[in-house]
Amino acid sequence: MLTRSPDALAATEGSKRGTSIRIEGVEQDFGAFPALRDVSLDIQPGELVALLGPSGSGKTTLLRVIAGLNSPDRGRILFDGENATNLPVQDRHVGMVFQNYALFKHMTVADNIAYGLRVRPRRTRPSRAAIKARVTELLQFVQLDGLGGRFPAQLSGGQRQRVALARALAIEPRVLLLDEPFGALDARVRKDLRRWLRDIHKQTGLTTVFVTHDQDEAMELADRVVVLNEGRIEQIGTPEELYDRPASPFVISFVGEAVALPVTISDGHVTFGGRELHIDTHGLRSGPARVFFRPADIAVAAEGSGDLEGRVESLRRTPAGVRATIAIDGYDQTLEIDSPLDRSASLGGRVPLSLAKARIFPADENGDYFNAGDGI
Amino acid sequence: MSEIAITSSGRGRGVKFRPVTHDSSFARYTLIATAVLFLAIFLFAPLAIVFVEAFSKGIGPFLTAFGDPDARAAIRLTLLVAAISVPANLVFGLAASWSIAKFSFPGKSVLITLIDLPFSVSPVVAGLVYVLVFGGQGLFGPWLAAHGVQIIFAVPGIVLATIFVTFPFVARELIPLMEEQGKIEEEAALTLGASGFKTFLTVTLPNIKWGLLYGVLLCNARAMGEFGAVSVVSGHIRGLTNTIPLQVEILYNEYNNVAAFALAVLLAGLALVTLGLKTFLEWRHADALSGRARRH
Repeated sequence: MLTRSPDALAATEGSKRGTSIRIEGVEQDFGAFPALRDVSLDIQPGELVALLGPSGSGKTTLLRVIAGLNSPDRGRILFDGENATNLPVQDRHVGMVFQNYALFKHMTVADNIAYGLRVRPRRTRPSRAAIKARVTELLQFVQLDGLGGRFPAQLSGGQRQRVALARALAIEPRVLLLDEPFGALDARVRKDLRRWLRDIHKQTGLTTVFVTHDQDEAMELADRVVVLNEGRIEQIGTPEELYDRPASPFVISFVGEAVALPVTISDGHVTFGGRELHIDTHGLRSGPARVFFRPADIAVAAEGSGDLEGRVESLRRTPAGVRATIAIDGYDQTLEIDSPLDRSASLGGRVPLSLAKARIFPADENGDYFNAGDGI
Repeated sequence: MSEIAITSSGRGRGVKFRPVTHDSSFARYTLIATAVLFLAIFLFAPLAIVFVEAFSKGIGPFLTAFGDPDARAAIRLTLLVAAISVPANLVFGLAASWSIAKFSFPGKSVLITLIDLPFSVSPVVAGLVYVLVFGGQGLFGPWLAAHGVQIIFAVPGIVLATIFVTFPFVARELIPLMEEQGKIEEEAALTLGASGFKTFLTVTLPNIKWGLLYGVLLCNARAMGEFGAVSVVSGHIRGLTNTIPLQVEILYNEYNNVAAFALAVLLAGLALVTLGLKTFLEWRHADALSGRARRH
């Protein structure tokens, strides 16, 4: 939907491309509440990284620490290997797009975009004509040609978002930081802007970090996703790694749907409701544990086999087969399972179920789950 | 069929229909008449009398009242006091509301309460406090006298008392406004490379300018019209420490009605101008004023 002129693109390429960001043992407390706990992260030059987590997980705090809007209580931030921990926000040259855009409401779109250039000290400030030319280029770049004279209140959400981005790009930032960039937009605009942000990233080559609570958004856009929970990094990985090798129960539950079965490990055998599950326990110690699997990884098994058993609560015909709602014995929620027609299943009847893939996490003494063990 | 005869005009033979929020016309007119009568007796009549009395002997004596050197001195002093106390409270109000709205620090709620103190303390008490602190028998009195500084019964005392009384106007106007706006735009300006001061000038100030003007307007009206606190610290020295309100009282006590009301016209005129500007601001810039301001 969006095309860009090569000239406008060149304008944003004047910036230093691909700054690396290194975060070392960053901690931040808000009063008694720790917002970030021992966070370390390496972001490669030109990478597109998502900070993913539920609200209160510390993802926005981490973004603000990178921007220099918060100073961490402990730890260091390095840009291209240089310590930037005590570098004032004005000198970090970060392009920040705020959650609700934070456009200057009393200024026109053009003045908003020109702001970062106009506030420069006289020595480094471009001439009036140069600023004007740059604003025109950027307006074109974000597809808002001719709207420079409007005020933010006269724009739609998606347009404001793009003004905020143009304003951030105007200062030729070293890194681009976006806080919930699509949070305030409706679903259709979100989809367009996602693709657009990916393009912008590709074309500017800027190291880009964005915060989101939406796992689809993170998985679709980012090269790597950092999953945060309660101020701690749960896992850093590519979308594939997060889907296929989630490192913790939190990750597996937060990234996609998951079913959790309470099980017991004894001498390397996993039992659930008296049945043995054939899961490799990797020498995990005996005791309570939890088995996680995705709804797609459970299927109706052939008669006489299967790890689990369930009762068919309802049956519905689909083009390829049937969709059964099945209550697993010993589990309080029902599952929807698609199966081909040749598997015999009747309403109220019992069916064997097999797990294609599962992960097991033993509980610690508090009953919390930690330590990944590889599944089947 | 009488139920169906309910008509919007209410004149049908059936039940008279009217929306529940509409009172009967009798109640409506009684309420309006009461309000108008009240306003007429307590507001319009006194205001009218100020003008009637001032011009009771024609325009000549009215103007003569302003020729009196003491009256001129009073006007000059009032302008001087306002010229010092309003900017002082403008700076204070900005600083206080900025720190309260944009930072969290221990003692914040105490500061907010203290700002409201002048609203709850009688101005006379405020004046007395200054006499006790800076007066001849006061806390710093002997020290000040030894250094040849006179505060009480002199202009500095009047300025101090006025600043105290008008203390809350700008701050109370700006605090809710700034709290409502948050600091996100300022943060955006900082990330774009603006210094703190530049951010204040280019982002904060434009966002609060109408609220600030509104607060200054109210502050100025009060600074020029303050009687109680100023009366205590002034000493009523003619031509030296009398502000317009004090001069009005003196003239009135001397049965010099025309001169007294002539000066009163000046104050009333100030009040009317303030009211006019205030209404204009509320009408034109309602969205830029805080919710609190609009409720005044």
